[in-house]
Amino acid sequence: MSAEPTALRTEAEESLLSAFAAVAPGLPGDARIGAQRRAAIDRFRRTGLPHRRIEEWKYTDLRTLMRRAAPLTSEPQASPSVRTAPGPDPLDGFDRTPLVVVNGVFDPSLSDHEGAEGITVTPLAEALARGDRRIGALVDQDDRAVLSLNTAFMTDGVLVEVADGANSSRPIEIIHVVTETRPVGVYVRNVVSVGRGASVRVVECHRGPAEVAYQTNVVTELMLREEARAVWAKLQAEGDSALHVGTLTARLERNATLDHLTISAGAAASRSQIFLGVEGEGAQAALNGTTMIGGTQHADLTLGIDHLAPGAKTRVLYKNVARGKATGAFQGKIFVHREAQKTDAKMMNRTLLLSDEASFAAKPELEIWADDVQCGHGSTSGRIDDEMLFYFLSRGIPRAEAERLLVVAFLSESIEALGDPELIAALEPAVERWLGSAPPTALTGETAA
Amino acid sequence: MTLLEINNLHVSVDNREIVRGLDLKIGPGEVHAIMGPNGSGKSTLAYVLAGRPGYEITAGSVLYKGDDLLEMEPDERAAKGVFLAFQYPVEIPGVAGMTFLKTALNAQRKARGESELTTPEFIRRVKQASEKLGIDQEMLRRPVNTGFSGGEKKRNEILQMTLFEPTLAIMDETDSGLDIDALRVVAGGVNAMRAPERSMLVITHYQRLLDYIVPDFVHVMSAGRIVRSGGKELAMELEQRGYAEYAADAA
Repeated sequence: MSAEPTALRTEAEESLLSAFAAVAPGLPGDARIGAQRRAAIDRFRRTGLPHRRIEEWKYTDLRTLMRRAAPLTSEPQASPSVRTAPGPDPLDGFDRTPLVVVNGVFDPSLSDHEGAEGITVTPLAEALARGDRRIGALVDQDDRAVLSLNTAFMTDGVLVEVADGANSSRPIEIIHVVTETRPVGVYVRNVVSVGRGASVRVVECHRGPAEVAYQTNVVTELMLREEARAVWAKLQAEGDSALHVGTLTARLERNATLDHLTISAGAAASRSQIFLGVEGEGAQAALNGTTMIGGTQHADLTLGIDHLAPGAKTRVLYKNVARGKATGAFQGKIFVHREAQKTDAKMMNRTLLLSDEASFAAKPELEIWADDVQCGHGSTSGRIDDEMLFYFLSRGIPRAEAERLLVVAFLSESIEALGDPELIAALEPAVERWLGSAPPTALTGETAA
Repeated sequence: MTLLEINNLHVSVDNREIVRGLDLKIGPGEVHAIMGPNGSGKSTLAYVLAGRPGYEITAGSVLYKGDDLLEMEPDERAAKGVFLAFQYPVEIPGVAGMTFLKTALNAQRKARGESELTTPEFIRRVKQASEKLGIDQEMLRRPVNTGFSGGEKKRNEILQMTLFEPTLAIMDETDSGLDIDALRVVAGGVNAMRAPERSMLVITHYQRLLDYIVPDFVHVMSAGRIVRSGGKELAMELEQRGYAEYAADAA
């Protein structure tokens, strides 16, 4: 008998491990990438899927949410796949350079492969084959199982390089779309590198069919060199039965700027995580977003911000709205390291609960090791303001419309904080659609007449 | 015919009776003033007429154009011509003033079976009304009441009253927080709206407002009831003698 205790694995964990053995030889990558994949699956073998007893996953028990691992798109199939149309474009009419990843594979026929001036786009599979060193450079794999799984199984995605000084105003859209009508597991890796003094605008969109329990795990590595600037909006509009785990890992060099927005509206269960290394002096990051959930949806937004250099600034503002029996969570940790003097960091999370049964957990945290900083955090949760609602009603605005106006008003601050009017205008219909999908009626509770 | 008829109205808040058997009749085109000491129930009456939640009607009735007003939702009352100018208009960040005005006006029109106003026609009406009240367009681009001074908020209330053209306008302490110049402008706006088919209920603590908006009838409210009614000269008398005798009555 072995002295080592046998780990009890769930069905999903077992099938992921055996799937790796089956698909690994066919996955793209040179010998070095292959070694990374094997090391990653070994880490996963030890950790398993994260569950609620792991602090970072307290509100989102992935082991429970992912009882079964959907078959990978890279696995050989018993029957030919049936695909649906990609569905309506949520940013219809918005001028941008599309880069489309369908079922985990970059599709050049749907993409503007040439990119814009100063921007080079390479399918990630190609970059993996040549062993591009930037892949994995920003992924700290030590104890994060979802990152390990992504490294082990990543099939494709895009590598976007913005040349030093390039200033492309036309936004790029990285579209992740699932068209399979059977549940599939999709693992995508994107790498975006913005050169010195360059700037880029990116929309990251996620969508897929309704009523298909597909699972997506997307990791994006974003490198912002000195004086670089990125405006980045993520629209998570996955199909209503999907499980979405999305991770952004970003590194900011000296005076780099990141303005980020997450709109989280789709999926049965989702986790959007951002890990930010503020490594250069004077760097600035603004992380904003809104989670809009209803029914039995669950959504988790988790941030880890490390201030490693002096004089940097971060602003975090998330506003959430939950109705039905939805559950949500916001976790944000700002870690100010000893050398990060003069750090200016503020974090705020606000939630509007539109029903008695909806709930939203919030855990903003600060850990400060420098002695000359300005940091603060806060969190609020409440109902639609009765006084505001009555003011609108007394002016003849029907209840559903009054509530809709007040929800939009509540959310608008966090969306407008992106500071890019054109992108905001393109994304606003997504917010309106969510509000229109089921008017949030009868939400004021006790005091309603 | 009577426009508004309040009979033996009793209203409680948190099991405390605030209005205790109030009777009042307002005919078409009449301007009534209700005066009274703080805590006499004046604002409660205004809120009950507008349909604010949180008030329990324990007895009595309110008929508006012969219909039971208390059965109507607040937005339905507004569409039928009831307007309350708030004492403390609430700030609503995130909703632009013009969006709010247009949404409200068109919602009322729609509820009455009228067509929605075109944008140019709407803008024309807002411009016309706001110029008279000394409201600049910049103020309307800001979110509703947000960051407005006390005077700006009151002017914004009268602007809405002008646009909505109510049949029954209730003004709750519209003079509070106004300096004399602002008071003149606001009163001018109100007087411009006086018409044979429009009735007004002016609630005020001070007689000062009634120098500018001259009422047809004055009522003294104390401890939840109207204890005395008269013509406009009653306001003058109250100014000289105060509310002391009515407060004593109530005790």
